[in-house]
Amino acid sequence: MGLLTAEHKAAIGRTLPPVRAEVTRRDIRKYAASTGQRLERYLAGDEAPPLFLFGLFFPILPREQLLEDGRNPDTGLLPPLPLKRVMAGGTEAEYHRRILPGDVLLLHQTLIDLYEKTGSQGPLIFAVVENRVETEAGEPVMTERVTRIVR
Amino acid sequence: MLKLSAIQVGDRLPERSHRPDTVQLFMYNAAIWNPHRIHYDLPYTTEVEGHPGIVIDGPLQGDWLTQLVLEWLGDAGELVRFRYSNRRASYVGETLRATGQVTAVDHAAGTVALELGILNEGNECVTPGEALARFPADRS
Repeated sequence: MGLLTAEHKAAIGRTLPPVRAEVTRRDIRKYAASTGQRLERYLAGDEAPPLFLFGLFFPILPREQLLEDGRNPDTGLLPPLPLKRVMAGGTEAEYHRRILPGDVLLLHQTLIDLYEKTGSQGPLIFAVVENRVETEAGEPVMTERVTRIVR
Repeated sequence: MLKLSAIQVGDRLPERSHRPDTVQLFMYNAAIWNPHRIHYDLPYTTEVEGHPGIVIDGPLQGDWLTQLVLEWLGDAGELVRFRYSNRRASYVGETLRATGQVTAVDHAAGTVALELGILNEGNECVTPGEALARFPADRS
């Protein structure tokens, strides 16, 4: 124990600048076809499936800015951690409102917790990020907590 | 239409099997704009990252769990809470089965709790999940 210093802990509460994205019928239809949806409202793009929000705010970067493995570079929300291997974490979401074509949505990301535990195979660091999605008018759409486990 | 009054703890949701191929994964990763090579570059994925095959996206499995709930609900209710975690990797060529069952019914609150899971061919739960559905009073 004691992997996380006061400096690491000081990152709790850190936020990223909001990301804005427009929801289009065509993007909903692509998502619906690619995930094997069968409900007509999704296939027609009249409404987006809840996990459509997973990709909606991904950065769109030129090839030369991507990492060797194709991933996007780190956003800087988490401080550099003393452990490196990211394991499966979990996602817990609350949905407040349907997602419709024409919506203009904002994503607010906050690092809300950073703590460590000792697992059976050594120390683990838990990083919890809150993703809050709302309309431009401030109406809540989804609130999600994503836990990343690093060992 | 599904009625809250008829739902009982232990009710099982209709299952659905998924056997995504590389075309399906291409479509998915293009749709979400995910350029991570482990979902389309087989030599890189096996030789550099040490996986036995092309990795099936974890959030795609999460989506399948929501589909199970949303198709079961139809217009009778809505998904209000959903959690999932990807416990172990699955690969192109595997058949994965989305399953779910009712774990609690709260008639006063108009809610139903569900336990969900993506199972592999060895019946291991690779992606467990939970959901809460709400049935508006005028539809139950």
